[in-house]
Amino acid sequence: MARLIRMDSSGHSTLAEWAAGDAEAIERAVAEFRKELDAGYYALVTEGEGHARQVTELPLDADLVILRRPIAGG
Amino acid sequence: MSTAAPLPETAAVHWRPRATAERLRARGRTWTLTTVAHTVPFVGTAGLLFALEPLSFPVGLALLGHAWAIPELYARRGANVVRAKARAEDAPERVALGLLGDLVGHDARELHARTGLVPERGELGVWLVGEAGALLVPPGGRRVFCWCVQVPEPDLPSADRIAHLLLALRTDEAGFATVANLAFSGAPSRLRRRMPPRARPALDAAVGLSKVSSPRS
Repeated sequence: MARLIRMDSSGHSTLAEWAAGDAEAIERAVAEFRKELDAGYYALVTEGEGHARQVTELPLDADLVILRRPIAGG
Repeated sequence: MSTAAPLPETAAVHWRPRATAERLRARGRTWTLTTVAHTVPFVGTAGLLFALEPLSFPVGLALLGHAWAIPELYARRGANVVRAKARAEDAPERVALGLLGDLVGHDARELHARTGLVPERGELGVWLVGEAGALLVPPGGRRVFCWCVQVPEPDLPSADRIAHLLLALRTDEAGFATVANLAFSGAPSRLRRRMPPRARPALDAAVGLSKVSSPRS
């Protein structure tokens, strides 16, 4: 089961879960994904230790998609 | 690290040249020259005063104090980027720590548990990622850069703050170093004295790694 999670004040929240072939769950996940990106989050998929890739479309084949807030120089 | 797409946050600092190893070396040299430029006039004036009038030594001592204090204040500013912040409630911290633990290997988890910093090898050197900044030890371990960079969300748990920075770093290391503000650059020993005792072993480990291992390609 793939997951879309958002790092937030609770540690992280699972926003959507989907499995290949579950069109309804995928549709919900894509909608959640778009909503969070519109709210200013960035989405990433990890690609092994030391690597991550930013995505702007929900990668349906990923196991885990993480949403993060923008960073800034302090 | 992946360099497929630049970190989107770099758009907010579009005037900055993108960080490279050569640019970092140049920034390090400039930082050192600036520190020397801040220090030498005080030392020179103290020497000159003493040569002209030995009884002026109290003024000379005050000047030497300034010459010592200015570089120390810079080092302290650098150490502040890895100083631990106030913790969130226990439950969110545990959840966030679980995610962070999933993102890193055993050694990094262990170092984080001991020091509060997560090590990460990159192309520019060995990074130590904290809640409100990161240290970078380039290959050779003779210099450390302290970067002030954070997530401007005050209610995030500590481990989530680190995870934010770690994921951004992994997405685009050069972009990460471009977005972050340089707080200090100098010898690791100068920084170490000013770091919280708990965090010092992380710097020792990063310096050690930077001497024996080549950067990730």
